[in-house]
Amino acid sequence: MSTIQRALVTFKGTSKSFGAVRALNNVDLSFHAGECLGLIGHNGAGKSTLMQVLAGTLAADTGTMQVEGRDLRASYNVQLARQHGIRCVFQELSLCPNLSIAENTRLMSPAIRGFGWRREARARVLACLDEIFPGHGIDPDDTVADLSIGKRQMVEIARAFVQVDEPLNLVILDEPTSSLDARVAEQLLRFVRRFVAKGGSIVLISHILAEMLGTCDRIAVMRDGGVVDIRPAKDFDHASLVECMGSAAKAAAERKPFASKRLQGTAVISQQPPRQRDGRTVDAHAGEIVGLAGLAGHGQSQWLIQVLRRCVATGQGAALVAGDRQTDGVFPLWSIAENITVSSLGQLRRGALIDPEAEQAMAEQWRQRMSIRTPDMANPILSLSGGNQQKALFARALASSSSVILMDDPMRGVDVNTKREVYSIIAEEAARGRTFIWYTTELEELDHCDHVYVFRDGQAVLDLPRNQLSEEQILRCSFEEQLV
Amino acid sequence: MNASTPIPLKATVARPARLNRARLLRGALPGVSLAVLLVVIFVMQPRAMSYMGMNLMFNLAVPIALATIAQMLIITVNDLDLSLGSFISFVACVCATVLNQHPLLGCLALVGCVAAYALLGALIHLRKLPSIVVTLGMSFIWMGGAILLLPAPGGTAPQWLQAIVRYKTPLLPFAIFVCIALALVVHLFLMRSTLGVVLRGAGGNPIAVAKAGWSLLRIKVSLYALAGTFGVLAGLFLVGLTTSADASIALRYTLLSIAGVILGGGEFVGGRVSPIGAVLGALTLVLAGSLLSFLHISPDWQIGAQGAILILVLALRAFVNRLEAQP
Repeated sequence: MSTIQRALVTFKGTSKSFGAVRALNNVDLSFHAGECLGLIGHNGAGKSTLMQVLAGTLAADTGTMQVEGRDLRASYNVQLARQHGIRCVFQELSLCPNLSIAENTRLMSPAIRGFGWRREARARVLACLDEIFPGHGIDPDDTVADLSIGKRQMVEIARAFVQVDEPLNLVILDEPTSSLDARVAEQLLRFVRRFVAKGGSIVLISHILAEMLGTCDRIAVMRDGGVVDIRPAKDFDHASLVECMGSAAKAAAERKPFASKRLQGTAVISQQPPRQRDGRTVDAHAGEIVGLAGLAGHGQSQWLIQVLRRCVATGQGAALVAGDRQTDGVFPLWSIAENITVSSLGQLRRGALIDPEAEQAMAEQWRQRMSIRTPDMANPILSLSGGNQQKALFARALASSSSVILMDDPMRGVDVNTKREVYSIIAEEAARGRTFIWYTTELEELDHCDHVYVFRDGQAVLDLPRNQLSEEQILRCSFEEQLV
Repeated sequence: MNASTPIPLKATVARPARLNRARLLRGALPGVSLAVLLVVIFVMQPRAMSYMGMNLMFNLAVPIALATIAQMLIITVNDLDLSLGSFISFVACVCATVLNQHPLLGCLALVGCVAAYALLGALIHLRKLPSIVVTLGMSFIWMGGAILLLPAPGGTAPQWLQAIVRYKTPLLPFAIFVCIALALVVHLFLMRSTLGVVLRGAGGNPIAVAKAGWSLLRIKVSLYALAGTFGVLAGLFLVGLTTSADASIALRYTLLSIAGVILGGGEFVGGRVSPIGAVLGALTLVLAGSLLSFLHISPDWQIGAQGAILILVLALRAFVNRLEAQP
């Protein structure tokens, strides 16, 4: 690596905002031929946004983006990325389930055409599959819908390496091994090294530190939308990587005194995560705020839904505050008041009908309590800003009589002031004996919890009371294969 | 492969074989149900096995098959066309009036119809409107247009059109050849060509298709325009057979075409369609009607009995799907 490397793509001062949220902040990073660059960081560090900018599915707001020596930021898009040989295997699968593997290959490579295109597509994708995953047992004529999730991921990866006419310089692999078993993952990583040795470039994102340290040439650590450290992989080890990902020297002074609520009584909720192997359960006691941490998509939401199902089935009752407002949260055609009172209709009945006055009173009470900023609670819910919509969803859960409130990363995309208001209300309600279970992707929010569980691969791998909580520990458990 | 590695070989072959069987069964279902219906009809009414009998039975099948293909193209991108029946009625009225009197103007009107469908596709895509709502609204517009053209049943189909649809082919009736040709041509286009892959992909995973650099707008516009074309063909064929038109001549085609697509193995969402299946499904529906007449079931009960046949076939398919889903 002592030779001068050709930079394929260079970001300089690249920034990207979504509304008030700064997803990328002055990123300087270059991608070289013949190198595997690792990208690591906690949830929301900006890895995925940066990769989407590189793949052309998102446009950067400012800065320059040099591709093979020319600044293309303004005009960059998916087609241009492909023309420069930049391809991406995204985390969410992008195959068409109704088509065969050969047909999906053709979808990505318009150069396969004319009479006999089917045969050619079949041969090409099969060659890539054989090269990357020898002994894969996949027939290119199989319909994608019939494949297991692991095989779909193998197809997805192999398809990105099919090369017809177009250049193939850089491939982004975003958590490529997440649904592959260990043997197949090993095959992939070996292929990555072979590809890089032939002069290709790979960007690897993975939560498994051993994979990153063993495969990458350089590792860039991202935090809060910026690259905070970049070094050759051999200069990193498990501990220093974890250290880099955490935020620098956090003021621990303002921590409130801690008293565990677990000393007496039994747990209100006690449920084993779906893939837990050691029989450990995730517990919550009355009046406790329990935090679920770990990287996104490692079984926290599934566990919450499991708990919700059980609570509903046993009649215990539980309210869920959804994180994905648009799909799981609001009734978009209803008013704010209706959105809040919908889970408490039992209390608002007069005879068989709903009492409109009681409904209005309840809505008004929660408007003041949550300070929802609207002139009239009869306005449609979509007239509110995102943060206020989320407040309404909190009000819906808190207004119900449930003693258990489940929160599925509810603060996604919510502004700081709203967050602060909601935190204080959660603390108040917990003091009154309600139990909160809070899945969050933001590390700071865990400071509000009494007890924290860290999830990885569908299992709770760590549980700690707040006074023993450290960010470093959470990061290590989120990323580590085994606890060292 | 030799026998020295029996275990992995078994593991990779055994599962697909079962899956293949279920898939084969699923693919064969439309053909099998059609064959069963045909056999039952022939047994009950041997005279139907003649050229004349087949001609009578399948005569009206072509417009329904064309309409079913049109509907299938819309269903490919997870939309539904509720205006197809009134659109075909409108086309039939145009043919029986304008096309007969002013051929050039009539041709322009028909081209305009296709363009209107293309625009609908663009509108639905750009404004993210539910296709059901837009086409339901359009159905009243088409019906209104048809009534304006032909307030009372009447008009005359152009002579050349009548001559084409009554063309006499050797061995089997013209309608059967048309249906076979239709199924094969659309199959080659949609299932075997590279363009067809993109069109179906847009139904399976639109985001992935867009990420691969294809324009969803163009895909939708092309499919709607194609559907409009097949709708126009259905109207032409229908009016050629009936020689005169009426504003409500094809209203029942909307539901028949949807039922035909589903009978033929198509799914409402996910881009899973089959042109050959759709044509077979349309023929099955037509024959189901004939069978009920042969059974001397009074017309009052026929719609209900047709529904029962539909439920039977769909239940069979659900059963096959369950076979496929078993691990």
